[in-house]
Amino acid sequence: MIKHITTPLTPEIISSLQAGDKVLISGIIYSARDAAHKRLYEMIKKGEKLPIELEGQIIYYVGPCPAKPGTVIGSAGPTTSGRMDAYTPLLLEKGLKGMIGKGFRSKEVVDAIVKYGAVYFGAIGGAGALLADSIKDSKIVAFEDLGPEAIYEFKVENFPAIVIIDKEGNDLYKIGVEKYREI
Amino acid sequence: MREVHVDEIIAAVEKLCIEANIKLPEDVKFALNKAVEKETSPLGREILNDIIKNYQIAEEKDLAICQDTGFAVFFVKLGQDVRITGGNFTEAINEGVRRGYKNGYLRKSIVNDPLIYRKNTGDNTPAIIHLEIVPGDKIHITFAPKGGGSENMSALRMLKPSDGVEGLKKFVLETVRQAGPNPCPPIIIGVGIGGTIEVATLIAKKALLRPIGEHHPMPEIAELEKELLEEVNKLGIGPQGFGGKTTALAVNIETFPAHIASLPVAINIQCHVARHKEVEI
Ligand code: SF4
Repeated sequence: MIKHITTPLTPEIISSLQAGDKVLISGIIYSARDAAHKRLYEMIKKGEKLPIELEGQIIYYVGPCPAKPGTVIGSAGPTTSGRMDAYTPLLLEKGLKGMIGKGFRSKEVVDAIVKYGAVYFGAIGGAGALLADSIKDSKIVAFEDLGPEAIYEFKVENFPAIVIIDKEGNDLYKIGVEKYREI
Repeated sequence: MREVHVDEIIAAVEKLCIEANIKLPEDVKFALNKAVEKETSPLGREILNDIIKNYQIAEEKDLAICQDTGFAVFFVKLGQDVRITGGNFTEAINEGVRRGYKNGYLRKSIVNDPLIYRKNTGDNTPAIIHLEIVPGDKIHITFAPKGGGSENMSALRMLKPSDGVEGLKKFVLETVRQAGPNPCPPIIIGVGIGGTIEVATLIAKKALLRPIGEHHPMPEIAELEKELLEEVNKLGIGPQGFGGKTTALAVNIETFPAHIASLPVAINIQCHVARHKEVEI
């Protein structure tokens, strides 16, 4: 079964999601990669006002290809989430509720997901052309100087993702692999 | 001596950059379609089908298959009877990359300094060029853009000769298990055995260029490739690491003579977006 969810994420939506669920996300999501995370992190540490409101939001770990004329965006699939691990717990503490990426998270991140009631989604790595289809609008909202690493605001419709880590800390990477492991 | 003007090289490289990033090689497509039939995990099958849909959309819409359009890696076989005119060969390749990544709307993913400044060079240069001088009067260029996600999961180890085949297998399985979902499985595993450290890593990367289904000429190594693929696919990682039988599409091994004291092994991990394309000038 596929669950349709909209942003911002409410505690009810998050409670309804379990590791392994397929979801289609609609609404506003934000992009941020390594460099943008580093800046957000430093701004929080210094007590500065962030260029985006984190409460209930989803951050998508992506650095898209440039848009061709007449299109919204180029290929836009997920990047490896683990590189954001050092910054993520603080963002979760500040209200971030969802992340879309690919790959393992650290124990600290999983603990913070459970502590603050958030969710980690996976999008298919290497399916940037397919995923770009569900991004209907895109604009840069912060750190334009970072090029592909700037923060974009995306309007998405039925963006396909899979719940990897739910708010209980269940992890599809562990559950799935256990099921099919022969050695 | 045959003269080749740099403009010809620039144009060829520009075209290579764009085409390789949009269209997946046929052997990879074939292997992905085969994998769907064999995959036992329902979610794994869906993922593989989406991966197939993705390369079809990329081709139809002239879009990059993956947004990480990679480090621009070139393998060049330069005929010794070619004289390059009109400029500098390395600069010609870089100019081709500059134009290809700009005109193909490909992502620029290279930072100028790896440690301190990490500022994007803005045009995806410099390219990495592996040059070999060969007999003849042709220039053969293979372009293989390499994404960061899978490259980061690669590994090198100086095994002891006594570690042998078992030591090698253990190292491969350990590396793939640790990589898990990070390199966007299903993956292709390039293994370089022998030489010195730089040779082992270089031949591991070259192994990734070999079409899926072709094996090493030495029967023992060919057998090892098949065995390793089977073992890797028993790890349960599956498409995108969500569990399943399709963790890898191929294990390709390249070998080189080794020092009496050494058994260097390099493992270069390649994601399913296994792009490469060649041209002869
Ligand atoms: S590992 Fe490959 S498929 Fe995954 S994001 Fe990088 S280039 Fe794309």
